[in-house]
Amino acid sequence: MKSLAELQAIKEKMKDKIILREGVGDIRVVVGMATCGIAAGARPVLNTLVEEVSAAGLAEKVTVSQTGCIGICQYEPIVEVFEADRDKVTYVKMTPEKARRVVEEHLKGGNVVSEYTIAGHKE
Amino acid sequence: MKELSLNILDIAENSVKAGASLTKIKIDEDEDRLTLTITDDGCGMTAEVLKSVTDPFYTTRTTRKVGMGIPLLKLEAEMTGGKLEIASRHEGEYPDSHGTEVKAVFNKKHIDFTPLGDISESIATLIQGHPETDFLFIHSIEGKHIALDTREIKRILDGVPINSYEVINWIKEYLNEQYS
Repeated sequence: MKSLAELQAIKEKMKDKIILREGVGDIRVVVGMATCGIAAGARPVLNTLVEEVSAAGLAEKVTVSQTGCIGICQYEPIVEVFEADRDKVTYVKMTPEKARRVVEEHLKGGNVVSEYTIAGHKE
Repeated sequence: MKELSLNILDIAENSVKAGASLTKIKIDEDEDRLTLTITDDGCGMTAEVLKSVTDPFYTTRTTRKVGMGIPLLKLEAEMTGGKLEIASRHEGEYPDSHGTEVKAVFNKKHIDFTPLGDISESIATLIQGHPETDFLFIHSIEGKHIALDTREIKRILDGVPINSYEVINWIKEYLNEQYS
């Protein structure tokens, strides 16, 4: 049974890690979570990204956050990747499966998954 | 929307955008009826804005001229023979008691009723995206009360970010276990 005592234990475990985390996060991953994104399936995409980033041990380097409407609703769910000194990458029509590949190949491996980007996307 | 919990995620976003410090999400269910109430202490709306929010061609966003969140929820409620009501007090007129309440009533037995779906996931998603504001979630169903208060969680966390993966995961499981 999940209890508040267990939350207390999580806190104790994480207290020391927090100091390390501040000021890091070189990669920012943003998911469009307005009505258009949510209706198109952004919730499972976001949650897969959060899960996979943690599972890949990238939590120190990558932050996953949410934003409103990006303005190209027909391409939702949309995931944008911002990285210092690199161009923004816009992934369109995302699914949890595609999100897993983006974490593995792009966020971990450093290679953009071109076929999922807005430029590489084929109708 | 495929699940009512997705509408809830969408509508609660409006509260956050209105600058709410606390957003209360309440679901009351009996055998026939589901009542969803989302109450916030955000900036509220003027009477004029309030009149236009159920109109799909009204929106606060600037990227596009159509806002579908509230009209969609209204349509989904009315399709089951239910209704949607919004009450709001704008901060200009009510500096000490401003905020908005959206209430939607659904007839669960109607064929067009959209199931609630994964509400734990929606609540966890809201908290992940908006760690700086608070959410109170209470779902009353069959005499059971499933509840989560981020103010209480933050007190226990004592500075550890509530949107850490470990905490978000705990929140999801904590809610899911209250349902089982």
